[in-house]
Amino acid sequence: MESKKYLDDISQIKDLMNRSSRFISLSGLSGILAGIYAITGAIVTYIFLIPKNEGYVTLHSWNFKIIVGILIAVAVLSLVTAYLLSSKKAKKNNEKVWDETTKRLLISFLVPLVTGGIYILIKLNSQHYGLTGSLMLIFYGLALVNASKYTIGNVKYLGYAEIILGLICAALPGYGFWFWVIGFGVLHIIYGSLIYFKEEKA
Amino acid sequence: MGLIDNINKLFDHRIRLGIMSILMVNEEVDFNRLKELLDVTDGNLASHTKTLEKAEYIKIEKSFIGKKPNTRYSATALGKISFKKHIEALEHIIKNQ
Repeated sequence: MESKKYLDDISQIKDLMNRSSRFISLSGLSGILAGIYAITGAIVTYIFLIPKNEGYVTLHSWNFKIIVGILIAVAVLSLVTAYLLSSKKAKKNNEKVWDETTKRLLISFLVPLVTGGIYILIKLNSQHYGLTGSLMLIFYGLALVNASKYTIGNVKYLGYAEIILGLICAALPGYGFWFWVIGFGVLHIIYGSLIYFKEEKA
Repeated sequence: MGLIDNINKLFDHRIRLGIMSILMVNEEVDFNRLKELLDVTDGNLASHTKTLEKAEYIKIEKSFIGKKPNTRYSATALGKISFKKHIEALEHIIKNQ
């Protein structure tokens, strides 16, 4: 009789520790979809918007504005997908989606990301676009590592991978586009699939 | 020595156990967050945090955010050690059933 109560105590302790300190794990599917959005955006950009034979995309051209639009669309779609899938999962587990932990998760994710975004825009304005791909990868990686303390699982490894990729990209100028495709497309799909299959097994 | 000796009477209560569990893994938590996680009334929560404060297991810090009073809680070193001992005692009892 007594020991049953103690067993309940232990499970209550575990439950509260988990609920109070960790955000529900991001679903693997949202990673896979984010990768697919990124690759789709990249394909559209490559086929229609990057000038063939030695041309450059200039800052005031329509092409440039459309590329920025595609980038924003990919980011927003990915975030909305992650939010919808995570809230669905939270509902299933009887957890609140929007609480103190989620708020902290979002803040620690957005601080490096928005900093990076603004930095890139400032650089672009002064015609420095050579490192844009590298900077996006590095700041995104830092955002992931920073936010990972509020998530379950291995988001931080994805973050480290993005940072490393961003640094390699900085060392190899001219391949920014392809590193971007690997970082935001391929890595998301690989990472998402790993998580997805782990979830299915569990 | 009876194992029951290590069971801390102060933690032998659902709400106080809950408060300590949350403070073990969070540096600082405010009143509303505790209330939300534990699903208790204001008065109930206030009386249990007071009990834990008296034992010097938790620290209470009051401040203002704008005009709103904000009360934040954190576990003291003594509180953390005592709570760990309590958990160990619980595990021990269950294992030796």
